[in-house]
Amino acid sequence: MAKTLVFLEHHEGEVQKGSLAVLAKAVQLGEHAGVIAGSGVRAVADGIGGTIWVADDERLAAPLPQPRVDVLAKLVRDEGYDTVLFAQSVLAADVAAGLAARLDAGLNWGLVDFDGERGRAPALQDTVVVDVAWTSPVRIGVFRAGSLDVGEVGGAADVREVTVELEDFSTVAEMVEQAHAEQQGPSIEDADVIVAGGRGLGEPEKFALAEELARALGGAVAATRAVVDAGWYPYSAQVGQTGKTVSPKLYVALGISGAIQHKVGMQGSNVIVAINKDPNAPIFEYSDLGVVGDLHEIVPKLTELVRARRS
Amino acid sequence: MKVAVCVKAVPDAAGGRRLDPATKRLDRSGELAISDFDTYAVEEALKLREAAGEGEVVVVSMGPDRAMDALRKALAMGADRAVLVTDSALEGADALGTARALAGALEKEGADLVLFGQQSADGLGACLWAAVADRLRLPVVSQVSELTVGDGSLTGKRQTEFGYDTIRAPLPAVVAVSDAINTPRYPSLKGIMGAKKKPQETLTADDVGGAAESGTSVVELSPPPPRGEARKLEDDGSAAEAIVEFLVEKRLV
Ligand SMILES: Cc1cc2nc3c(=O)[nH]c(=O)nc-3n(C[C@H](O)[C@H](O)[C@H](O)COP(=O)(O)OP(=O)(O)OC[C@H]3O[C@@H](n4cnc5c(N)ncnc54)[C@H](O)[C@@H]3O)c2cc1C
Ligand SMILES: Nc1ncnc2c1ncn2[C@@H]1O[C@H](COP(=O)(O)O)[C@@H](O)[C@H]1O
Repeated sequence: MAKTLVFLEHHEGEVQKGSLAVLAKAVQLGEHAGVIAGSGVRAVADGIGGTIWVADDERLAAPLPQPRVDVLAKLVRDEGYDTVLFAQSVLAADVAAGLAARLDAGLNWGLVDFDGERGRAPALQDTVVVDVAWTSPVRIGVFRAGSLDVGEVGGAADVREVTVELEDFSTVAEMVEQAHAEQQGPSIEDADVIVAGGRGLGEPEKFALAEELARALGGAVAATRAVVDAGWYPYSAQVGQTGKTVSPKLYVALGISGAIQHKVGMQGSNVIVAINKDPNAPIFEYSDLGVVGDLHEIVPKLTELVRARRS
Repeated sequence: MKVAVCVKAVPDAAGGRRLDPATKRLDRSGELAISDFDTYAVEEALKLREAAGEGEVVVVSMGPDRAMDALRKALAMGADRAVLVTDSALEGADALGTARALAGALEKEGADLVLFGQQSADGLGACLWAAVADRLRLPVVSQVSELTVGDGSLTGKRQTEFGYDTIRAPLPAVVAVSDAINTPRYPSLKGIMGAKKKPQETLTADDVGGAAESGTSVVELSPPPPRGEARKLEDDGSAAEAIVEFLVEKRLV
């Protein structure tokens, strides 16, 4: 039977929902514990239940991956865990891969399920489902964002302290500024209709096309990370793994390739319409209506037609 | 300054990517191209070399011997040299095996900075850099959308689930860049012509410290769950009308 350790990611004193869902999965699998690493994080373990290892050290204050690899590697070695599970995040991916290298442990990612032996991971933009296994003594798995229901965990935690020993190279990166949320912007979570723009818009000014269509449809405007990071649109409007999760009645994707990290934020939409000039764009794999064409030609006409219908 | 860039040769998107049911591995028999996401890392390396006015950009890859053709695109963009780790012992290597091979090759290079793309177009693990950094015992910063390098250190800005982080690390270091960091240049005709003459070295598994055993295996492939009726159409000038019809049918306008 598996002896599972779950990495519990936390932010502002709260363990992330995705991590708790993975912990609930581990509870079903048998012997398990969670691990929380940070500075002044003892209270974060309250109310989670079960065995929780706490690594509390000033050098763990910033959510950087490498000192966490040291903490987890020591726990696995000292306590004999054979399975280490993570919920996908920017931090978790780096910790998981660093740990895999450190322990010569097999790493499977993008898991949507795991039964203690095998994992299930859709691959190649979800065009094939792959059942994966591990051949190494220690197994590392990263679950896809939002793939597990948040199960029941809770109760008094049996908190145990971890002695923190860090490698030299693990502590040389430093956080200069953390979790800075740039510009306040529109809220998209409650919108019934979302028109989302990606790099295919061509230039920031062209977001006007998305805005006009959204206005005509009575909806809000969203964006991909590629254009948010490039400064075309505010972070608050970003959909995806590191942005918002939305489930409107209608999601219109303009010039968006449909990367998996975008998909996890909008796949719950009722109806998905995509316009993309590349017939091989992954977004077409999960659109209800896919239109292969130039958005600059189609969108102005579409906006006109919608306006005409509504007036 | 010497910058090494890890680039992966992947089956061309237009040719379609599929897993071979017999080997349960990615079918690499078709045309290979450099993974789009890695061209951003190549571009960033070229910009750093140009800003410094000196230095070297070397692209490092692990893959079948035909991958060298794909690496030539990076040389055509302006990279100085290509190193390909290729060996039948590495066929089907998973993240663990790939990280070991790349780390072995990178150790020989001793670059000041090692760049990665944000994810591989076929594997999408978006994590290999962290395994390589651990093997090299170097600091790592991932998903960097703004990078400055100078005075023996780097500063990177990157997006996480909670907002933007700014992280500083001393060189040498490993950095994975996001696809928002720059706009990769197209190779010029002169670049394409010159690429063939640039140094292209191949290494065996033994050269990089031996092949690592994979820690994972693929047990079974199956088709994805069926989707409801989905429609796809090519714009012949009437796409806007077709979309409106669809929205009306779905009672969305
Ligand atoms: C850890 C991690 C987290 C991430 N988190 C997120 C996230 O939260 N949200 C997110 O969106 N991404 C996220 N990403 C990035 C994601 O992988 C993609 O890079 C990003 O979604 C791509 O954005 P895009 O579709 O706008 O750009 P591209 O991938 O460049 O796609 C542009 C598309 O526009 C099409 N196009 C171009 N011109 C036209 C035209 N005239 N008419 C029609 N179509 C046109 C092209 O064919 C192309 O398909 C994350 C990545 C990682 C590694
Ligand atoms: N076989 C390979 N050879 C060289 N670099 C690779 C290889 N596979 C992945 N990479 C690098 O690792 C990054 C992340 O890959 P992945 O973790 O597979 O998504 C890519 O953007 C490349 O920079």
